[in-house]
Amino acid sequence: MSDNPLLIETRALTKAYDLLVVLRRLDVQIARGEFVALLGPNGSGKSTLLRLLAGLTRPTSGKILVGGWELPNEAAAVRAQIGLVSHKSLLYENLTARENLRFFARLYNLKSPDDRIDTLLRQVGLYKRGDSLVRTFSRGMQQRLSIARALLHEPDVLLFDEPYTGLDVDASGTLDDLLLQAQTDGHTIIMTTHDLDRAARIASRILIINRGAVGYDAPASALPASELTAHYTQLTGMTASA
Amino acid sequence: MNTSFWQAALSITRKDLRAELRSRELVNTMGLFALLSVLVFSFALELDRVARQEAVSGVLWVTVVFASILGLNRSMAMEREQGSLDALLMAPISRTAIFAGKLIGNFLFTLIVGLVLLPLMAMLYNMPLVQPWIVVVLLLGIIGFATVGTLLATMTVQTRARESLLPIVMLPLALPVLLAAVNASTAILNNAPQDDWIAWPQILVVADVVYLTLCFLLFEYVIES
Repeated sequence: MSDNPLLIETRALTKAYDLLVVLRRLDVQIARGEFVALLGPNGSGKSTLLRLLAGLTRPTSGKILVGGWELPNEAAAVRAQIGLVSHKSLLYENLTARENLRFFARLYNLKSPDDRIDTLLRQVGLYKRGDSLVRTFSRGMQQRLSIARALLHEPDVLLFDEPYTGLDVDASGTLDDLLLQAQTDGHTIIMTTHDLDRAARIASRILIINRGAVGYDAPASALPASELTAHYTQLTGMTASA
Repeated sequence: MNTSFWQAALSITRKDLRAELRSRELVNTMGLFALLSVLVFSFALELDRVARQEAVSGVLWVTVVFASILGLNRSMAMEREQGSLDALLMAPISRTAIFAGKLIGNFLFTLIVGLVLLPLMAMLYNMPLVQPWIVVVLLLGIIGFATVGTLLATMTVQTRARESLLPIVMLPLALPVLLAAVNASTAILNNAPQDDWIAWPQILVVADVVYLTLCFLLFEYVIES
């Protein structure tokens, strides 16, 4: 973990759906400005952890603290600090890019959001398509607009749930650049992915979750990608995606 | 950053109306279904005037209820398809504001269909359906259906069998509203004395208040479970 102040902390976090325990007494600490890649096989609990941090589901037991606020009791304060990007666009296809951003700006009570919307549309390369309907966008364009939506309220934490799903090579490269830019801008990033090589390349810390518990937690530079892949396979019994 | 309840709710309603104005998906589906239903009933029930007076309010309400179910399913499915419901839930707004926003939209879409149905059925069935008390009963009935329906559609949209599940769970729960609305409309169309039927709209008001209170209380639990 970095020496920066702590931003996110889970203490003995457990999540169960009836008899199925997805996360088991998870203790994770994430410092401000870190870029954490969450890896693990399907069903290991990565996305559940992200949904818990986003306040979209309640823990069965344990504590979650984000910026000193506790979930679920202070969920509204936590949600204001978090932006979420998922493999789905989380956008309305029958609205234009600008209308989507204006709508979310109203929900976040942003005053005079038009300048911020223009800045973000330029940042994600969609300024000229701002008045086009989202349903006319390619998957890559939708994902870039989704990032603009997540950045709209200038959150401290950005959560990315398998953001590369369905993207071609060019769009994936653009997303890499946007993620690295977001980290440079001071955002704390937590990203779930199956792409171990990409995670080792762009993240600052690798956290492998296996069967609801932390199996590996180290800086991305701790192991070369090939050794990390071997370690992942040994730990999970699964082959990592390239 | 806190957004007021009404600012959030009305933003959600405005978003639904804007998206609908562009796609006309909901109103077209609901309107076409309603038109076909009243035409089928009109041809199927070749009734004399007395029988028509008895049957027409039933036709009206059955059509409104099933058209509203079509709209409710679609309205909530729109929030699920691209995961935008998660984006709404992530916003620092009250969960009940989300419910209120969706409810107002669903109410307006069903009301538009109901208001188009009245003159259409008046013409087809030769009955005085366009009159103030019928409109009042229509408003009260649709508030009840939209309230129960919005809550239940939030639950059923997360299941695979959502298209068939919503009417199965909604109709028994909305039965008091349907019963009061049909009885009130039938009495009004039969020119019964107001004292004989005024209790039905009053029951509708009570049912609406009870449903609104319960659904607002339950929505947060439903959406997070």
